[in-house]
Amino acid sequence: MGATPTVLVIGGGSTGCGIARDLAMRGLSVTLVEQGNLTHGTTGRMHGLLHSGGRYAVADQASARECIQETRVLEDIASHCVEETGGLFVKRPEDSEAYFERKLRGCAECGIPTEVLSGREARQREPYLAADVDKAIAVPDGAVDPFRLCVANAASAQNHGARIETHAEVTDLLVEAGEVVGAEVTHESGPGKRTHGKAGTTEEIEADHVINATGAWAGRIGDMAGLDVNVRPSKGVMTVMNVRQVDTVINRCIPKGNADIVVPHETTCILGTTDEEVEDPEDYPEAEWEVDLMIDELSKLLPVLQEARTIRSYWGVRPLYEPPGSGTADSEDITRDFFLLDHADRDGLPGLTTIVGGKFTTYRMMAEELSDHVCDRLGVSAACRTADVPLPGSRDERVLDDAMDEFGLTSPVARRSKQRLGDRAPDVLDTDDPNPVVCSCEGVTRAELQDAIAGSGTDLNAVRIRTRASMGNCQGGFCAHAMADELHPEYDAEQASAALDDLYQERWKGQRHALWGEQLSQAMLTYALHATTMNRDEGGIAADETVDFAAFDGGTPDGD
Amino acid sequence: MAIEQDVLVIGGGLAGVTAAVSAARTGADVRLVSYKQPTLRHASGLIDVLGYTPDGEGPLVDPVAALDDLPEGHPYERVGEDAVRAGLALFDDLAGDTYEGNHTERNALVPTQGGRVKPTARYPASTAAGLASDERDALLVGFERLVGFDAPLSAAQLNAAGAPFEARGATVEFPVELSADPKVTRFAHLLDRDEAGEESQDGSVRRALAERVTTHLDGEARVGFPAVLGDDHPEDVRAALETHLGVDVFEVPMGPPSLPGFRLEDRLYDALDAAGVRIETGNPVVGYETDGRDDDLIEAVTVDRNGATVPYAAEQFVLATGGLVGKGIDSDREGVAEPIFDCHVTHPPDRYDWFEDDAFGDHRFARFGVAPDRELRPRDARGTVEFDNLRAAGAVLGNYDFAAEKSGSGVSLATGHEAGRLAGDDT
Ligand SMILES: Cc1cc2nc3c(=O)[nH]c(=O)nc-3n(C[C@H](O)[C@H](O)[C@H](O)COP(=O)(O)OP(=O)(O)OC[C@H]3O[C@@H](n4cnc5c(N)ncnc54)[C@H](O)[C@@H]3O)c2cc1C
Ligand SMILES: Cc1cc2nc3c(=O)[nH]c(=O)nc-3n(C[C@H](O)[C@H](O)[C@H](O)COP(=O)(O)OP(=O)(O)OC[C@H]3O[C@@H](n4cnc5c(N)ncnc54)[C@H](O)[C@@H]3O)c2cc1C
Repeated sequence: MGATPTVLVIGGGSTGCGIARDLAMRGLSVTLVEQGNLTHGTTGRMHGLLHSGGRYAVADQASARECIQETRVLEDIASHCVEETGGLFVKRPEDSEAYFERKLRGCAECGIPTEVLSGREARQREPYLAADVDKAIAVPDGAVDPFRLCVANAASAQNHGARIETHAEVTDLLVEAGEVVGAEVTHESGPGKRTHGKAGTTEEIEADHVINATGAWAGRIGDMAGLDVNVRPSKGVMTVMNVRQVDTVINRCIPKGNADIVVPHETTCILGTTDEEVEDPEDYPEAEWEVDLMIDELSKLLPVLQEARTIRSYWGVRPLYEPPGSGTADSEDITRDFFLLDHADRDGLPGLTTIVGGKFTTYRMMAEELSDHVCDRLGVSAACRTADVPLPGSRDERVLDDAMDEFGLTSPVARRSKQRLGDRAPDVLDTDDPNPVVCSCEGVTRAELQDAIAGSGTDLNAVRIRTRASMGNCQGGFCAHAMADELHPEYDAEQASAALDDLYQERWKGQRHALWGEQLSQAMLTYALHATTMNRDEGGIAADETVDFAAFDGGTPDGD
Repeated sequence: MAIEQDVLVIGGGLAGVTAAVSAARTGADVRLVSYKQPTLRHASGLIDVLGYTPDGEGPLVDPVAALDDLPEGHPYERVGEDAVRAGLALFDDLAGDTYEGNHTERNALVPTQGGRVKPTARYPASTAAGLASDERDALLVGFERLVGFDAPLSAAQLNAAGAPFEARGATVEFPVELSADPKVTRFAHLLDRDEAGEESQDGSVRRALAERVTTHLDGEARVGFPAVLGDDHPEDVRAALETHLGVDVFEVPMGPPSLPGFRLEDRLYDALDAAGVRIETGNPVVGYETDGRDDDLIEAVTVDRNGATVPYAAEQFVLATGGLVGKGIDSDREGVAEPIFDCHVTHPPDRYDWFEDDAFGDHRFARFGVAPDRELRPRDARGTVEFDNLRAAGAVLGNYDFAAEKSGSGVSLATGHEAGRLAGDDT
């Protein structure tokens, strides 16, 4: 071949973005295609726990060891995406003492540092813990922002020459002479950034090797080449609270169970989760009982949750993989490990490798292993550098504090911007133009939104995951329209309006699971603001009926 | 000392104020107790009566003509057309020349902050020059640091909607140096005071603003600003801008927070004072007492004053505590309730039936509220009046979706007026 080997990565979740970065840094020519925006799949719908490995320390020690190792790596290379909150495994009186001891021993065996706290000491750290919590084990769990981390990987890949295409769905694999040579891709609005109202196109992308990193969808890509990839999607719910009741990850110290963990995330806390096998990764029931279970069960650890306000719930599907012939009945028993399926070895079809399963926390290690494999196949000898080179935004924390003062932002807003942007903050915020806050709940300014729009076009949901705008208590009620305003004049009125409708509907989707008490009041206020003050519910400019303006009051005859 | 009144009104929003004034006008001795700020502070300040039918037909030119077709149980159906007119007449009286629209029964179409037009029955005088049926071209002006009103985008939307005039938009920097993120009230107060009192700006803020806008004018006969043109002196601010610009000036409703709403609230509370109503704000009504013999008659409501529970006795009571926004209607995971008297609120037992999946669907929650008889007395699940001397008015009533119909203020006025009148007559 002589020329640089080309690789096509299908899937813009943590796994695909991690692979794109790794291979691009090794000098390969990489294209990544994602059917939605980045993190559209499971990555955008996970719990946000950076696993210390504590959760696996008894049942799956190999995973536990990988977790503690990768947690340390991410704290270095992605400091602006990680919050080192620490975690607790708390024991209630009815929970097994023997299991508590086994957890402690398991952590020691896996190299996970621990500290045993009495109930009182645990409550000193987290005052809302139930009064009857006996004791707890402290571990180095953390919180991670999957959106920022995934986007940072994609940005790094781009900096190393990769092409990243979102809203680009693989509709077929190209197979020639018994070998996968590329894929047919449908661009929702043409190649490049998402642009509402622009016509779609299709493109055939050829590559020396194709990587199927589509998680719960991996079976479908397999089907396109007649391969059997048995992914068993399993759903889990996460319920978002309006405030951060705890600053530490709270796990219940029991073997396994539903509704046993609370993760602090930005301004919120997220309760999770369930584990239920589903047929279709895109269409499954989101059930009321799951939300109720989160609140009722986790109230046993944190009684305040019973009366607290939730702002939305969302579900994700685990891409659990079953090697042929395992026949596991209960999805909770399927391994959380990841699998690398070389279809040349496995099925006699060269040119395609599938990677499936695993965890967000270990995405980088998974990407490294897969990239080693692909480089081996392609005869490339280049070493992995992703564990050592910081991600964009994460280079140097210290220069930031000084730089931030210059942007005239009030300190809470400046602090939030800095957390999100890391060392990109000076570049993004250094503007001569006025820079008002557009999303007050999350303290997101115009400059940050414009930076995100430059990267993702009219897709306001992509802007949202980059900035957190519209993700706070009001769920976009007070800012979604102002975010859409930012699209103008680069994009026209019709595009801004369609983009707003998409964002508004997406925000509504999750709130439906939180509609009682305060959040129902908020929902009514938001509905009134958008339907009454702005009249957005009644036919916009696309409405075919025209209004007879002359029939209405045109003012007092002689003016005032 | 026992607190005793002829009529006690609970809730100080549009409905409560209207009820209190109309009760006072029957000669009754009236007290109004309200907990927090009314929804007016969030609302646009427009007085909608009926812009669309419950089936979504509209925009309606003539709201009153459409009243006959409303379904049984709708608040307008309960009180009838005369009460709607009487409520509006009372509003016209209270608002005086600060509002317009009473020269016709037809709705007006008002440009909204996003550039869509909305049908409404009464509009602040400051909005009058902005009507969309007026054929004069308009320049919309936004401020760099005020988000939510992008004037060029609003103008483009108005043109696309087929408005019978040409709209253009421009964005200017406010002539006073501001922090990155000023509140809307900051713009209003700077224009009220008309001097920045800072080195960056000598002389009149209003004139300086007009100078910045003049350069953008290209023959338009009117200029629209976001609704931040003054809090205490809006007429002066607008008059000054009109003089300097030589064209009409209007405001595009904004919110929350909404300055037109603040101004209307001030005006209404002055009217309450003038009508001799005793006003008490800041403490919630938390329950009620009957005399023990007759459970259908309320003797007093109890008010929580810093932890102490104080009874307020009266002959007649009006419940005007608002809906989900005002907190006159409350809910938890199990159900929906009216918290003070536990009046019946019809709602599906499963909370997943309270909403539709489409963000602008026909949400059941938007119609939550108490269901009154034709004298506005809330009824229980079987249709029996809950208390002989309790009436309800405004957003605490159910069976209408004010946001979809554009009927919020109209219902509060019509039912407030009617409830107050009936309560006063019964004392
Ligand atoms: C409820 C739940 C909670 C979790 N919590 C945690 C946690 O706290 N910590 C942790 O470490 N891990 C957690 N995980 C696991 C973790 O989220 C996943 O392992 C990880 O995100 C998987 O990433 P991925 O890139 O493999 O898959 P995905 O993120 O699903 O990426 C696959 C992508 O492929 C795209 N795609 C599919 N078909 C096509 C096509 N035809 N063309 C183009 N693109 C396509 C999809 O749109 C999707 O974006 C959780 C998982 C679940 C379900
Ligand atoms: C964002 C928004 C925009 C709107 N735009 C428009 C518009 O453009 N045009 C239009 O016509 N309508 C509009 N409306 C609707 C309109 O504002 C309301 O329907 C109307 O103001 C309701 O008046 P109310 O007096 O019934 O209730 P509220 O104004 O809600 O007043 C209720 C009062 O009762 C008090 N209260 C509650 N519980 C207690 C208690 N236990 N003890 C004592 N006091 C209590 C509350 O604190 C509050 O002050 C809008 C509403 C919203 C939310």
